[in-house]
Amino acid sequence: MSKQALRASARPEEMRFPWLVRARPYLILLPALLLLIGILYPFLLGVYYSFTAFNFKVPDSQFNFVGLRNYARMVTDGDFLYSTYITLAYAVVSTAIELGLGLLVAMLLNRESRIAKIFTPLLIFPMIIAPVIGTLVWKMMMQPSVGILNPILNRVGLPSLEWAAVPETALFSVALVDIWMFTPFAALMILAGLRSFPNAPFEAARVDGASFWFTFRNLTLPMLTPFILIIVVFRFMDSLKMFDIIFAMTEGGPGNTLMTYQLTAYRTSIQFQRLAGGLPYAILLYIMIYLVSMYLIKAWGRAQRRAAGY
Amino acid sequence: MQTEKAQGRLAAVLSDAFLILYFLFALFPLVWMVLVSLKSGPELFTTQFVFTPTIDNYIAILFGDARAAAGVVAKQEFPRNFMNSLITSSGAVLISLLVGVPAAYALARYKFRGKEDLAFTFLSFRFAPELVVIIPLSVVYRQLGLYDTHLGIMWVYQLVTLPLLIWVLRSYFEDISPDIEQAAMIDGYSWWHVFFKILMPLVRPGLAAAALLAFIFAWNNFMFPLVLGGSNVQTVTVASLGYISSAQGFFNRMAAASVLATLPQILLALSIQRYLIRGLSFGAVKG
Repeated sequence: MSKQALRASARPEEMRFPWLVRARPYLILLPALLLLIGILYPFLLGVYYSFTAFNFKVPDSQFNFVGLRNYARMVTDGDFLYSTYITLAYAVVSTAIELGLGLLVAMLLNRESRIAKIFTPLLIFPMIIAPVIGTLVWKMMMQPSVGILNPILNRVGLPSLEWAAVPETALFSVALVDIWMFTPFAALMILAGLRSFPNAPFEAARVDGASFWFTFRNLTLPMLTPFILIIVVFRFMDSLKMFDIIFAMTEGGPGNTLMTYQLTAYRTSIQFQRLAGGLPYAILLYIMIYLVSMYLIKAWGRAQRRAAGY
Repeated sequence: MQTEKAQGRLAAVLSDAFLILYFLFALFPLVWMVLVSLKSGPELFTTQFVFTPTIDNYIAILFGDARAAAGVVAKQEFPRNFMNSLITSSGAVLISLLVGVPAAYALARYKFRGKEDLAFTFLSFRFAPELVVIIPLSVVYRQLGLYDTHLGIMWVYQLVTLPLLIWVLRSYFEDISPDIEQAAMIDGYSWWHVFFKILMPLVRPGLAAAALLAFIFAWNNFMFPLVLGGSNVQTVTVASLGYISSAQGFFNRMAAASVLATLPQILLALSIQRYLIRGLSFGAVKG
């Protein structure tokens, strides 16, 4: 609301207290600001703890300031590079496949087809189930004695897999669950994008005899950019910090195969009670996510302005 | 011309075939979950798709198991877990509504210093790795006596529910022209009257949908009650792990519990389908 508008709408008592008008947004926000403090305080406390030797088993150890020792330990840990690799691998693989598959499914659903009409409302089911429960259902399907996936593989002439129980296929198994759960999210966003497009440019392309690929590369894809970036923001950030699927499937195993930053932080701080030891992993992940999301959100803003024709 | 038409038909058939394959992949686990929940113990191991359905698992989940009462197998407390999920999730959404509705309005309507920074700070709750906040909270909660309490879980669920409500509602408030408010104020209505009698009815459908979506996300949360709760607030998500890790391997019980824990979600989601895209994208995609 502009200043003039505020003044025009101000009531008599507010004219006598102009500070009230200026303070109003802050007053309205007050409850939210108080809540914000309740969240930011533990966050800052966590940063502080990461510089101490805090340990649940040793009382008062939160006051033993050790500088960067926890960070140095993290970086020099033999598993640190692998943990970085698996954190990124999980996020890149699942986000990329969800984006590609989601794009394909959305394009196919955006046609005049009875099957597309029946299926579209069912799209939400996999992403509405709790990730832990969805993962347990997959774990049950992968299970050697009661599972159904191996019998299905055998039926079509493929050998049985050991799924998340062996290092070779563990990442594949958890990424499969992630892809199952969140491809619908990507498909729904793309579908919303496709349906929001004006008809005219596509009509013009058709009249000019443009091929499907030409239209796709020069019209559809550029216009979809803001929607694609939204998917990447949500899915890449969420899969970088994915906990539920990996924990429910293997708790990070077998061995350290799936020990991402999140899983390492949880195991060190909570399971092993070395609270300060796990925090550097969580904070490093926080910085990574912060930087990437700032970049992506800026790119999204640019893409949206471009799509709007500015 | 003839070949072009034939090509078009072939493309349509292939497209439908791919969709069918994809939806087999997307829906089969849910179908399988329902099937397993209807199997008896022995049939769990001996059958695949053909078996004699039984509702014993549901009865055992809801009303207790005779063998559990006799101490033969571990006791499962599904109704209590369900209530815990219900209390913590609806409490969290209520707090978020009280705090988030005015905040969303202020962020949509007023220009003030630090506005976008504040909006993004709320959004960052959603994207920050939760452990940065909940590892130190596990210490604070023990000091404050909030560990393993419903209030403690509701508080930390704000990380999930508040950014969603603020951002989605802000986009709905922004859709309403400020002229409506100004006209009403010039007519002499108070700010409170304008807000509750004119604005709220306009955003109500979006508000309800955002609240229900926030409820679903809180319900689905696993890490917060795992770290900050014990047996007192154990939710269905935390409890569901117990079925599979117990030595008996109660896959059919787990499946029945999963069905019961998922059913309300699916019904809620279907009821807000029109608003789902805007909710899921935090207001970024209008859908």
